[in-house]
Amino acid sequence: MATEVLLAKTITICKDCPIKTLSEGIETAAEYDTLRVKKGTYKEYNILVDKPLTIIGENFPVIDGEDKGEIIRIVSDQVTLDGLFLINVGTSYTTDYAAIRVVKSEYFDIRNIVLEKLFFGIYLEKSNNGRVYHNKIIGDAVDEYNSGNGIQLWYCKNVVVERNIIQHVRDGIYLEFSDNISIKDNTSTDNLRYGLHFMFSNDDIYTNNTFENNGAGVAVMFSKRIKMLGNTFRKNWGTAAFGMLLKEINDAEIIGNTFEENTIGINIEGSNRIMYKNNSFIQNGWAIKILGACYTNTFTLNNFLYNSFDISYNSKLNDNVFNKNYWSSYTGYDLDKNGMGDVPYRPVKLFSYIVNKTPETIVLLRSLFMDVIDFSEKVSPVFTPDNLLDSSPLMKQIP
Amino acid sequence: MIIVDNLYKKFGKNEVLSALNLKIEEPGIFAILGPNGSGKTTLIKSILGMVVPNNGHITLKGIPIKNNWKYRQEIDYLPQIANFPGNLKVKELIRMIKDLRDMPADEERLIALFKLEPFLNKKLSTLSGGTKQKVNLVLTFMFDSPLLILDEPTTGLDPASLIHLKEWVNQEKAKGKTILITSHIMQFVSEIADEIVYLLEGKIYFKGTKEALMTRTNQKNLEHAIAAIATTPANV
Amino acid sequence: MFKILKYSFYDLIRSRWSYVYFLFYLVLGFVLLFLNNDVSKAVITLMNIIIVLVPLIGTIFGVMYYYNSKEFTELLLAQPVKRSSIFLGQYLGVAGSLTLSLVLGLGIPFVLYGLLRSSAIFDFSLLLVTGAFLTLIFTALSFNIALSNENKIKGFGYAVLLWLFLAVVYDGIFLMSLILFKEYPLDNFSLIVTMFNPIDLSRTLILLKLDISALLGYTGAVFKQFFGTSQGFIISLLMLILWTVVPIWRMLYISKKKDF
Repeated sequence: MATEVLLAKTITICKDCPIKTLSEGIETAAEYDTLRVKKGTYKEYNILVDKPLTIIGENFPVIDGEDKGEIIRIVSDQVTLDGLFLINVGTSYTTDYAAIRVVKSEYFDIRNIVLEKLFFGIYLEKSNNGRVYHNKIIGDAVDEYNSGNGIQLWYCKNVVVERNIIQHVRDGIYLEFSDNISIKDNTSTDNLRYGLHFMFSNDDIYTNNTFENNGAGVAVMFSKRIKMLGNTFRKNWGTAAFGMLLKEINDAEIIGNTFEENTIGINIEGSNRIMYKNNSFIQNGWAIKILGACYTNTFTLNNFLYNSFDISYNSKLNDNVFNKNYWSSYTGYDLDKNGMGDVPYRPVKLFSYIVNKTPETIVLLRSLFMDVIDFSEKVSPVFTPDNLLDSSPLMKQIP
Repeated sequence: MIIVDNLYKKFGKNEVLSALNLKIEEPGIFAILGPNGSGKTTLIKSILGMVVPNNGHITLKGIPIKNNWKYRQEIDYLPQIANFPGNLKVKELIRMIKDLRDMPADEERLIALFKLEPFLNKKLSTLSGGTKQKVNLVLTFMFDSPLLILDEPTTGLDPASLIHLKEWVNQEKAKGKTILITSHIMQFVSEIADEIVYLLEGKIYFKGTKEALMTRTNQKNLEHAIAAIATTPANV
Repeated sequence: MFKILKYSFYDLIRSRWSYVYFLFYLVLGFVLLFLNNDVSKAVITLMNIIIVLVPLIGTIFGVMYYYNSKEFTELLLAQPVKRSSIFLGQYLGVAGSLTLSLVLGLGIPFVLYGLLRSSAIFDFSLLLVTGAFLTLIFTALSFNIALSNENKIKGFGYAVLLWLFLAVVYDGIFLMSLILFKEYPLDNFSLIVTMFNPIDLSRTLILLKLDISALLGYTGAVFKQFFGTSQGFIISLLMLILWTVVPIWRMLYISKKKDF
């Protein structure tokens, strides 16, 4: 292998060079060669990378697929793509054309790629141990049915998706049956459906990503042992919009995230044994909405700041623990000066129960009448779970 | 000066003025008298525009007063019960009324006449009833309007002030003004009035000089004449 | 009119009650900001107070001023001054001094706190504007009540009832009817019902700022149009203006017909 690398040569591709197209270059190249693509526009599609190669664009050469189909397909291990500008991926209702598709390959590195006018962006299929780093994917999706996802992982393992910017596609990042994936420092905004979408994927971790103004926020479904750390979910507004949707998620850790100005901060359905810690919920319509059976979840050391509703519950049963959170609407006192209020806080208001039943009543939010009946419910809970309370609410916001 | 033509006023079911006609052309002092509830105050307030009549017309110097307010520049009115905004000082009240009317005023002489100097910097709420009435008189007399309407001007006045009041009223009359007065003090009326206007059940029952009234009722003094008038048949 | 306004205003800003009202807001502002140290929380607490207290004070002050200055009014009526000027002047005097107490009382602590540089300035200005509107509306309503009732006790009673009705009972009935008729499409209904209560209207205006995330969670297209665009803000503001103008107009109309 060492000798092969030493023998590797560099092939230059440009309009006036002997080798004028990328496909030609790949054909002539030997394994582990480097292809340098000079600035210019190359009208090519269905480019097949079938040997370990490093393809580097200089000053972002444009590969124009002319809407004819897939642009680059990688079917070999150890392929690096760097610095290309790919546009005009073909749209089809039967085939998921992607700008870059990696099939059953390992040790790939896709970096510094710019994608525009795409259908699917970077599509990883049964490929492991690779990296998708610092790419920029700008779609122009209008309808869900004829648009694709920015970065899609299907049956992949040990892939790092880092520092990508994804906008205006269907789902920013989509994972299905993919385990041990690390998603870090990405910015996924203005997408039609989800900023990030997990299905049947376990042991993944996502950190420090920003998800903003996506059609429905972020959805994490049917997955186990997911870690979500330090992400920001902002301004996901609308009827079925959430900062994050959790559905059938078990044993996850949700720590240090910020949920700001979403219609619903976290919408939780049938999820168990999740630790919610050090998150901040700021000015959401509902900070947390819990539907269906959710057991043994723990909410501790979170900040609940100026949400219209802190917690909404649709059943009278509660098996979740709320302890030592800061609630901005807490009005109790701390006589023993231990930093925790002496009176428990009840985060579920009767009014949120009423709004669940009759949504139009939302126009009565913050009415004096509502305060009066909320108060009476607080004194003797009839409609809301009476054991749902934070018995040690913090007096000071957690920094 | 004033023509009241066919005036009607009802308060609820209670008809206070019914088809009242009154013409006061010449200058002089006219005492408007009548039993309680005969409509004296209502008539005065109608002339002032404070009460809106149900029917009929009032003209002042030939100008209808309906929907008009400028004509009140021609009237100085002394209200019956003088209750002023309590946290104003006497001085401020006088200044304010002057400011509102925006006319030349002669308050200095009146203040001296009624000896109000020590009260000028006092709040109105601290004054006695008599002192308030003096302030009231100052406010009324300090302007020089052709028509004066005085509603019970003698209320609460000490004898010296009463004398000053009479002098002042006569002095105004000498200027050729028309002065309407209501009073329950018959001695005051007989001393000062030129003509008596007697109201009964919302109508003018009698209008004429004091002498005419006494002749008609065969009484020698005005007080008895007034008491007797209601029992004497009209238009005899 | 400006002369009357001037005297009513001077009279009022020298009265003890205006100071109490002003000091109340001043203390409230300082406590909320400097003890809690949290602008967003202060704005929410203030909103609750403004929506309940401002109408109450407006009504009570209005009725009280009217009855207390009755003799003074009669004195003015005999002067060469237009009737409408007298009442408009007095009304603006009361409403103006109350608004001034509110704006200065809350404004001073907020400015000292450095709000002008904070992003909460818009929320806060909106609060003050709604507070001013509520003062204007409820003072006008109270003048209407006082003009129609010679009896002071009755007038006070009606004024307090009016406040209680609009601040609490109305929303109770509103909620019951929404729950009762929940099978039917209710978004138009609920928006229209909101328009008929100035307190609800002001609340809606503030909700548009503070709780827009929650408001957009509702499915109805009418709500979406109303809350999601500037339409809601504009309509609410126009309705508030209407709510101010109509009672003032009616006050002048009654006063023209009234006997004193």
